[in-house]
Amino acid sequence: MIRWLPRSIAARLGLAIVVLHIGLALAAPLLAPYSPVRNDAGHALLGPSWSYWAGTDQYGRDVLSRVLYGGRYALAVSFAATFCTVVIGTVIGALAAFRGGWPDNVAMRVLDAVLSVPPILALLVIVTVFGTGAGVIVLAVTVVYAPAVVRVVRAAAQGVVTADYVTAARARGERTCPILAREVLPNILDVVFVEFAMRASWVVLLISSLSFLGFGVNPPAPDWGLMVAENRTAITVVPWGSLAPILALATLVVGLNVAADGLSKAWGVDRIRTGAP
Amino acid sequence: MIVFVLKRLGSAVLTVALSSLLVFFAVQALPGDVAVQVLGRDATPEAVAALREQLHLNQPAWTRYLSWIGSALHGDLGTSLVSGNAVAANLGLHLRNTLLIAVVTVVVAITSSLVLGVVAGLHRDRWPDTVISWLSLVGMSVPEFVVATLLVLIFSVTVPILPAVVLDGPNASVAELLPAIWLPAAALGVVMAAYIVRMARTSVIDVMASEFVTTATLKGLTRWRVVTRHALPSALLPTLNVIALNVAWLVGGVVVVESVFNYPGLGKLMLESVYDRDLPMLQAIALVSAAIYVVCNLAADLAAMALDPKLRTGRRTATR
Repeated sequence: MIRWLPRSIAARLGLAIVVLHIGLALAAPLLAPYSPVRNDAGHALLGPSWSYWAGTDQYGRDVLSRVLYGGRYALAVSFAATFCTVVIGTVIGALAAFRGGWPDNVAMRVLDAVLSVPPILALLVIVTVFGTGAGVIVLAVTVVYAPAVVRVVRAAAQGVVTADYVTAARARGERTCPILAREVLPNILDVVFVEFAMRASWVVLLISSLSFLGFGVNPPAPDWGLMVAENRTAITVVPWGSLAPILALATLVVGLNVAADGLSKAWGVDRIRTGAP
Repeated sequence: MIVFVLKRLGSAVLTVALSSLLVFFAVQALPGDVAVQVLGRDATPEAVAALREQLHLNQPAWTRYLSWIGSALHGDLGTSLVSGNAVAANLGLHLRNTLLIAVVTVVVAITSSLVLGVVAGLHRDRWPDTVISWLSLVGMSVPEFVVATLLVLIFSVTVPILPAVVLDGPNASVAELLPAIWLPAAALGVVMAAYIVRMARTSVIDVMASEFVTTATLKGLTRWRVVTRHALPSALLPTLNVIALNVAWLVGGVVVVESVFNYPGLGKLMLESVYDRDLPMLQAIALVSAAIYVVCNLAADLAAMALDPKLRTGRRTATR
């Protein structure tokens, strides 16, 4: 069912944008013309020029270098968080669909309750208690977003667990884990992949919002959300200080969304029905 | 049908009850002694003991949960640790301010996005669809703080017609807040509309391809009549759920937008309570948000039932 890289222009375009972003973030030390954190009071608040392509911010730091480095935190944390969310969500979702009965009912009730608390509120509470370390944010995002993944995966798996080959595997006396891994998972992998791309776009947005509110990296370090927060007040003097990180963030999320759209269309997964921020 | 409504109501009440449990025990799990935090590290042991007594911290968590939920049902959400005033009054004031934004956002965003989505769906793969689809893709790809920042750049800096920050406190009258609500509402509306446009477009395309629409067209009805009488009612049905999810999302979305505009609403209160570790306030906000989420979903389900004859029998169609 899964053909690696489907023949869909949208899917390829979106994945290309995401890969480009990952490449730029990895190559930031080679590409960045200046240090992203060194202050240079003599060159503060400059407009774009040949030596500073995107100008400088209020401390004289090169905006372009900061944007290049700024993707590292966003990409690394978002990827880790999305990975944990989707893996845990898939395991619980598949298990709930396979087991059915009262464990399924109880799990769904609890998930409903978790879903009813706004993600940002839950995140803010977790972050104030445990600090703003990358590990805490990954954990917090997992707690907040996994229930939504569980629902989607459970719905997909419910269509599979009644199939003859699953019944046959049960009749052969195979245990839950092998059945889930060998019979159920391969048949819902398309849903899981689309869920990954879509969830990644929300996670990037959520993590950049947290950074913007001051619950992300600590200030001298570069990050897109933080850069917008820092340079917003000077937007009339040096608009590129805010516009450059905005463009970087927007292209990354557009790439993820286009990829998710393309993949879901190519594989026939109904993605939009689960749509909400 | 009545059984279905009762079942749905029961599950809504159960969800709120469960999330109140979750919220209460999550907040209780926060490390550190609340009494010490309120009084500061230099407080005398007697003062800490007195405050613990006053906050009933010596009783088991279950007793405190029951008394909290009991008084919450009577409209008493406790006392703020920071201001010492009743949580309910303060929360109500901020909730009113947020509702001002929310009402504008919901009315404008839902109507305009439904129109755009239907137009895109009816002109599938032609230029109106391409333009609208790309716009909605961009709309859902930029975070609220970016939309808010760009709106400030356009409407407060370049063409200064609307205020960039709100200087009024939470007690300001509706008239005083009126000029301040448009930019926050627009920022929220852009993000919200993007999702509704996509959903409306997809379901219009689905319905237009269905057999009953073909029948209506072959009967010789005008296109206008086919669309408005036959296609739209069933096309808008699946959109209801997305609308409900988005209205519920507003409660969280306002945090960022209200912080950008310094708007004295629920989101700003949420941030302040997190900074101040005002636990009774946080509990109350979480409970109210959960209730809003559940009520929105309940409303969508009941509306869907009223519109869809198939659902009235109580048998739910498969969602995937």
